[in-house]
Amino acid sequence: MNLLVGQIGHLSVIVAFAAALVAAYGYFQASQGRALGEEDASWRRLARGAFFVHGVAIFVVIGCLFNIIHAHRYEYYYAWSHSSNHLPVEYMISCFWEGQEGSFLLWIFWQVLLGFGIMKFNRRWEAPVMAVFSGVQLFLVSMILGVVLGGVKVGSSPFILLREFLTDLPVWKMNPDFVPKDGTGLNALLQNYWMVIHPPTLFLGFALTLVPFAFAIAALWKRELTAWVKPALPWTLVGGGVLGVGVVMGAYWAYETLNFGGYWNWDPVENAVYIPWLVLVASLHALVLWQKRRTGLRTAFALVVATFVLILYATFLTRSGVLGNASVHSFTDLGLSGQLFIYLAAFAVLAVALLISRWKEIPVSPKELTAYNPELWVFVGATVLCLGAFQVLFTTSIPVYNSFMGLIGIKTNVALPADQIAHYSKLQLWMGVGVALLSGVAQIMWWQRNNRETVINSLTAPTLLALLGTALVVLLVRYNGLTISAPYVVLTLAGLFGVLANFGMIFTLLRRGIRLSGGAVAHLGIALMLLGILASAGYSNIISRNVSGLLYSREFSEDLNRDNVLLWRNETTPMHGYQLTYTGQFFEVPGVPGYVDKQFLYRTDDEYKALARAPITVDGKTYYKTGDTVNILPENTYYRINYKDAKSGEQFALYPRAQVNDEMGGGEGGGLLASPAIKKFWGHDIYTHVSSVLDPRKEKPWSEATEHVLAVGDTIFLNDYFAVFRAIEPAHETAGLNLQKGDLALQADMIVTGEKRQYHAHPVFVVRNCMVGRVPDEVEDLGVRLTLNAIDPTAGKFTFGVSTTQKDYVILKAMEKPFINLLWSGTLLMALGFGLSVRQRGGKGVVAEETPETEATEEAGRRAVRPQPVS
Amino acid sequence: MKKSSLFIIAIIAVAAAIILSTTADASMYVGFGEARARAAEGNTTKVHVVGRLPRDAQKRPVGLEYDPLKDPNYFAFTLVDSTQIAQRVVYNNPKPQDFDASEQVVITGAMKGDVFMADQILLKCPSKYVKKDLEGATASVQ
Repeated sequence: MNLLVGQIGHLSVIVAFAAALVAAYGYFQASQGRALGEEDASWRRLARGAFFVHGVAIFVVIGCLFNIIHAHRYEYYYAWSHSSNHLPVEYMISCFWEGQEGSFLLWIFWQVLLGFGIMKFNRRWEAPVMAVFSGVQLFLVSMILGVVLGGVKVGSSPFILLREFLTDLPVWKMNPDFVPKDGTGLNALLQNYWMVIHPPTLFLGFALTLVPFAFAIAALWKRELTAWVKPALPWTLVGGGVLGVGVVMGAYWAYETLNFGGYWNWDPVENAVYIPWLVLVASLHALVLWQKRRTGLRTAFALVVATFVLILYATFLTRSGVLGNASVHSFTDLGLSGQLFIYLAAFAVLAVALLISRWKEIPVSPKELTAYNPELWVFVGATVLCLGAFQVLFTTSIPVYNSFMGLIGIKTNVALPADQIAHYSKLQLWMGVGVALLSGVAQIMWWQRNNRETVINSLTAPTLLALLGTALVVLLVRYNGLTISAPYVVLTLAGLFGVLANFGMIFTLLRRGIRLSGGAVAHLGIALMLLGILASAGYSNIISRNVSGLLYSREFSEDLNRDNVLLWRNETTPMHGYQLTYTGQFFEVPGVPGYVDKQFLYRTDDEYKALARAPITVDGKTYYKTGDTVNILPENTYYRINYKDAKSGEQFALYPRAQVNDEMGGGEGGGLLASPAIKKFWGHDIYTHVSSVLDPRKEKPWSEATEHVLAVGDTIFLNDYFAVFRAIEPAHETAGLNLQKGDLALQADMIVTGEKRQYHAHPVFVVRNCMVGRVPDEVEDLGVRLTLNAIDPTAGKFTFGVSTTQKDYVILKAMEKPFINLLWSGTLLMALGFGLSVRQRGGKGVVAEETPETEATEEAGRRAVRPQPVS
Repeated sequence: MKKSSLFIIAIIAVAAAIILSTTADASMYVGFGEARARAAEGNTTKVHVVGRLPRDAQKRPVGLEYDPLKDPNYFAFTLVDSTQIAQRVVYNNPKPQDFDASEQVVITGAMKGDVFMADQILLKCPSKYVKKDLEGATASVQ
């Protein structure tokens, strides 16, 4: 037992909390009643010191928690419930944030770093901005404080001991210092490289939304209502890019790991991040509008505040347990919903009240925008984003309405839409149309002087090309025997227009020698993503239909969704242009590329170890010799499915996975979870998962053994397979037999002819110290087990016991996802666009914010010299 | 009228349309009694039903019908809702792997003839919640 590390950790949490309090108060006093840039130096020095102490304390907390996980200190609940002895080091990092406390810590950590960044790059704004920062840190740290104040539990400490958590166990009475030998492990679904980088990305995005919020609050407080936009803009750009990439990373993880058949399920947990991202992007546009064209400042304020409040709301939704049945993967309820709600309400009410009290002072643009002002179209675009966010928010919050009505004593029974995907898709589609069209129009108009003639000139080419392209797409879709609905046609048109307009803009700007526009690149990426989503989700095609010609007789005759096929082991089944064969179960062996056939492995009592029954060779290189001990990962079984293209004859194998997962599902030993295997082609993906398998954990039920007396050379039918008893020979040192001197060991060689190949079965008969032992041999492919029961040497007769079992099968679902690569490559372009914008537009604003506000005139001048229309 | 007022009216109209559309799409938690009544009225909208599986003395669920060798896309079971009405449910998909262990089952779908056709099954399983058991803790004390 090591209690010290936990005590240091817990003490550091308390120090971090106290230091955040001092920093918040210190920065407040430094700034209160003084103009921006004329802070009280002594208060500021105190506050800086306190924030520094806060940061160091947070680093110590993280160090302690990581030590607890890394050193397998299972006396701590966190290590016991999130880690285990067999966990590879890289996933210990994911354990860190599997629990609520660790993920709060990750968020706090990013905000500490961002706070240091503000201190370095935004000196003039340091005091008021850091006052808000420290206040938020105070609340976040309180979530992991783990102290009881006046009978109320404040926060949940990650350093709680197992015996403090599971107080009812009888073991503590006998041995209070009991330490479990192993932890219960990280949820195996999260043992994926995306889960190492996706949560930090997402929480960095969360943390980055605090920066513009803190600037906006500071600006309202200090009545510096315009100067904050410039320093806040680059941070917002980084936030938009990071959060956007984080959302798509989560989608990609779901696509690779979960089995709902896609990358986005409109689960409340996904929506909770998607909503603030949309509003963040809208606020970014409003900030740019003010920065470049001196309009939209009120909108910018409102949206920046809204983004941060929505981040808090997302935290409340996913961590308070309010979603209950509505979500598959929200965090468990730690009983902190009250605290979270206070946090959410306090920040929302204070920020909104401050905004309202200053609203009239916020400058507005004197001119009314006309249709020839690109500003108008940017503004409309931001509005479309907000309406889209509102739609998702309104539906996702349905469980909250129920809880709220329950709280005031009214019982309601409203449920989320029965078909959520259809519900969201049909409405979000129109946001996509708006975004694609407006991004193209506004991007073109932004870079030119606009009047009736230039606008018509510059929009004609992309519009005509998009119409032409859409006509072609419709024809191609029809030609392939599919239908396309009117909304899809509109989205195709809008998406193509967005691609062409933005691509044309990039090209024009490069030709003019100006620069690569980050905005145009990001918008091009978004338009490509929309087309990719339309193709891959709208035309996701289930190819595992029952094509055997057999009709199952049931009470329903109409054509129902029969989306799964049954594949017998080693029997080929035709399926939508492919010949499919399930060829066996495989394990992952660390160090060996690919997967290893279970039939090569002899399982031992230690479930993480097996013996090699034959040399394990991949591409000519032998990794294990017969009899070697092999480390395996027993929770994952991979089912090899061989795909053969019926026309071209090309073959590939996919290995969908079934995972024994203790955390999900129920029953003893947890549930069995399927994860897909994906074959990527340039134009589409083939996505396959098992829907049902014979449980690999359960002992197979063998039939009663039937006895057969055979002589060498006899033939026999085993489970309908033809077999020859070829020879009797001395047993080799077979795996797991442990032959000693003086033992007599014989093995039969039985050749069984299966569908694909012949198998040698070697049941062994051992005599040791006048005791007879029998080692059966199993041909897993054929579901046959042989025992050499007795030997009659004088008559030359051998008695075999033959048992059979249920032949192995899988039930499989397979889908085709056309053009899904457009989505991923669009995401990369979007991220690149954000990066370019940060470097070009904002980058210098971070370091050189002292430059006087001349860019308005500068901008006007620059606009004057480039009036040429896009041809 | 100013253009900005027009714009605001347009936004409010879209927001109202969103709310109406969501209200129209939102489903309800009902019992089987109401689900049958809806079907009798010709209302085919899908509903949510929360129920439990009837179990025998060994806590095994009774009345499950799934034979992948006959039809991998046909799973039938009986569900008892909170008002103790039992109903046969058909799910045209493979049986979810952890169905037997689930404490509570939420299904969405609608009545069709004598059976409830479910198109989604949500399982609530005991182990999804905070870990409370320490397996072998009593056995491994030295």
